[in-house]
Amino acid sequence: MKSVESQIAEWRAYVANAPGVNGHDVDELEDHLRHEIAELNAAGLTADEGFLIAVKRLGEVDGLSREFAREHSGRLWKQLLLSGDDEQAHASSGWLTTLVFAVAAAVAIQLARLAAGFPDEEPTWLARNATLFVLPFLAAYFARQRQLDTRGWTLTATPFVLAALVVNLYPWSGDSDTETLAILSLPIALWFVVAYPYTGGTIRSHERRMDFVRFTGEWFIYYVLIALGGGVLMGLTAAILEPAEVDVDRIAAWVLPSGAAGAVIVAAWLVESKQRVVENMAPVLTMLFTPLFALMLAGAAVVYAVTGLGGAFDREHLGTFDALLVVVLALVLYGTSARDASTSSPGWMDGIQLVAVVSALVLDVMVLGAMIARIGDLGFTPNRTAALGLNLVLLVNLAWAGWLSARFLTRRCRLNRLERWQTTYLPVFALWAATVVVILPPFFGFD
Amino acid sequence: MHIDKDLVAASATPLVLAILAEDESYGYAILKRVRALSGGELEWTDGMLYPLLHRLLRLGYVTTEWRTPPEGRRRKYYAITDEGRAALADQRQQWVTVTRALKDVWPGSGGVLTALSEA
Repeated sequence: MKSVESQIAEWRAYVANAPGVNGHDVDELEDHLRHEIAELNAAGLTADEGFLIAVKRLGEVDGLSREFAREHSGRLWKQLLLSGDDEQAHASSGWLTTLVFAVAAAVAIQLARLAAGFPDEEPTWLARNATLFVLPFLAAYFARQRQLDTRGWTLTATPFVLAALVVNLYPWSGDSDTETLAILSLPIALWFVVAYPYTGGTIRSHERRMDFVRFTGEWFIYYVLIALGGGVLMGLTAAILEPAEVDVDRIAAWVLPSGAAGAVIVAAWLVESKQRVVENMAPVLTMLFTPLFALMLAGAAVVYAVTGLGGAFDREHLGTFDALLVVVLALVLYGTSARDASTSSPGWMDGIQLVAVVSALVLDVMVLGAMIARIGDLGFTPNRTAALGLNLVLLVNLAWAGWLSARFLTRRCRLNRLERWQTTYLPVFALWAATVVVILPPFFGFD
Repeated sequence: MHIDKDLVAASATPLVLAILAEDESYGYAILKRVRALSGGELEWTDGMLYPLLHRLLRLGYVTTEWRTPPEGRRRKYYAITDEGRAALADQRQQWVTVTRALKDVWPGSGGVLTALSEA
């Protein structure tokens, strides 16, 4: 007969494997189990009997794990587990749906490319519309997966229709700044539109919004991985076909756009179905890069604080700075979303995140100062306005996030205040991106 | 007496908060206290207490700390926060209102109706 100790060890291993339960939870449950057994033994039961009853009282592992998963949706945010067993069937047939949508996106972008005669010609309507040949398919994919009703589908489609009207009916003048800005901002605005079908229409829920942030981070990682693989494939193909004097560029013109468009859907599907792989990888990457970026930012902040930004702050540098700030914000946002809320006391990572936020804030303030001085001298242009808006949007976010995380570090506020702030702020990014597409161009006369 | 599952679930939060308002505690002790308070009538599946405690933690109603008592195993203690106390007060208000309403409408419980019929 097995000893109770080995039975407990087996039970522990079994519970630890259940989705949604982590090591600390198992420690806690084991403590409970041992208490119960000791109590039952004291009441005259044998060790074995005590174990059986205690396990029974603790409840079925399936139910337990489901409850844990429901509470810690961040730890395990797959709808698969939460909405019951019938979803299992969906997951296996999911690849076919994915394939259909991926191919549809690939074909759509290909037709657009042929119509535009790219790459021989480069009409700007193609660049303006490129997102519209891809993201609607992603949105539709999620709308289907989440089984949205007619109202949900309508609400999903409306922003895309509006965007299509704006980018095609506005009297864009060739090679204008406003057009370039719109081309850059539209994907961002429309990515937020995907959040609606992604969350199954429950866009008001802060937890689901956080899920979308997580999804974005993991989707990005998958997309980069696919792109790397695709790049290797293309490179080898080119190398192998070169001697046969095949025009490799022609092939690339066909394969690249379709591949890039299809990969958007495939990456989304991978995030959804192969969650655990990245679930472990993404937080590790964040852990790795947050300190490095914090170090770099702190260094840059000190250097610029000493030397001053000076007049050397031209347009390209501004672009770099803004890109850097956006990356930092993405890291902070993703770091927040990947954080395990059950360990509520601040750790060293929170300290590092604060360093990153504060350094980014210092840089942002300096950039803003330089920008305002420039605008004061030379007046508003579309580029300066867009950059100023972006920096202000970032400034507000970083300032309040820094304040909250400082309070969190000194244990004067809860972690969920920080998460809440980020999820509340998300629409602001979307709105600013939409503003740059819709309002700036007419405001500056499509200059 | 069997108590309805929904009722058990609804009363779980205020009950746990109230127990923690007395003093900080850990999972097993909370559960024992629930049993004692209800005379064993409130049947909880033991394991469900933990997801509930974690939810309260996320909402900021409780804080937690691992501690090793002088003799024995490492154990996770929970303590109520000010926000938790506020939530408890709010819940209490709700329960008082509900029980008062029920009391008033049920005959023989000394409510307004019985007072009127006796008059």
